[in-house]
Amino acid sequence: MKVVVNISLKEGVLDPEGQAIKTSLSNLGFENLNDVRTGKQIILNFVNLEENEAVLEAKKMCDDLLVNTVIEKYKINILRN
Amino acid sequence: MRSGVTIFPGSNCDRDIIVALKNITGKAPIKMWHKDTEFPNLDLIVIPGGFSFGDYLRCGALAARSPVIKIIKNHISRGGAVLGVCNGFQILIEAGILPGSLIRNKKLLFTCRDTMLEIQDTIKSPFLSGLKKEHHLNIPIAHNEGNFFASGTLLNELKNDGRIAFKYIKEVNNDTDYNPNGSSNDIAGILSKNGRVLGMMPHPERAINNLHGGTDGLKFLTKSFEQIIG
Repeated sequence: MKVVVNISLKEGVLDPEGQAIKTSLSNLGFENLNDVRTGKQIILNFVNLEENEAVLEAKKMCDDLLVNTVIEKYKINILRN
Repeated sequence: MRSGVTIFPGSNCDRDIIVALKNITGKAPIKMWHKDTEFPNLDLIVIPGGFSFGDYLRCGALAARSPVIKIIKNHISRGGAVLGVCNGFQILIEAGILPGSLIRNKKLLFTCRDTMLEIQDTIKSPFLSGLKKEHHLNIPIAHNEGNFFASGTLLNELKNDGRIAFKYIKEVNNDTDYNPNGSSNDIAGILSKNGRVLGMMPHPERAINNLHGGTDGLKFLTKSFEQIIG
């Protein structure tokens, strides 16, 4: 079973990459933007775990390694076909 | 002085700091491979700069979960001194040994240049007590993620507790570019609560010979080592 972790910077944390993308988009004529924020996605492919177990395991992984909770937040979703 | 230098896959300043330690103390440090856990007791452990584990996930994140980190934590609990330079500073933060976070440089540029450092009023620390506050240090940086970020509460706490070791400072009054990465409060290095762990973005081992363009790194390291064994 696959679990998707979406990691993004918390509000108030500078995202210079997002700002650079926003500038580039506005150079291309995309003017209707307040802000651009970037993030990353990690897909965890579990073996032999129930959905709720996999989510709990993913949460532990986020807290132990995948996410720097000082500056980042995350969302866990189950990937269904 | 008994010292050790940690080596991770992707460390690239290990040789430079080994040369510095050997030249200054007359004794070669032991090399500490990240998977190893058997080492003699040491006075100082240096975590050198580089790109440990290719900077995958976050700079220092994977190195901070390596077996050798447990040895470093034990060493710290015995009162041992630790110096983390650049990627070493990132690793100390990722390991939870020092607080805050080091995020992408404000201008999105990998920045490699000299910086001028002002020594701050700190708690007692072997890394700073041998230095005169009025003498600034000219030490180069080379990083992409050295922008020190922390909550307002933590920044106040670091200041009030005397744990800010170095700040980037203007060489001339009209210098608007003196802070190379956008660090909060111009912070270039911080100390642990007991003052015996220092994390800093600038590379002292890259300023130990006139051919490097300066020897302020040599001065800083020499004074630190004197205090650590003294």
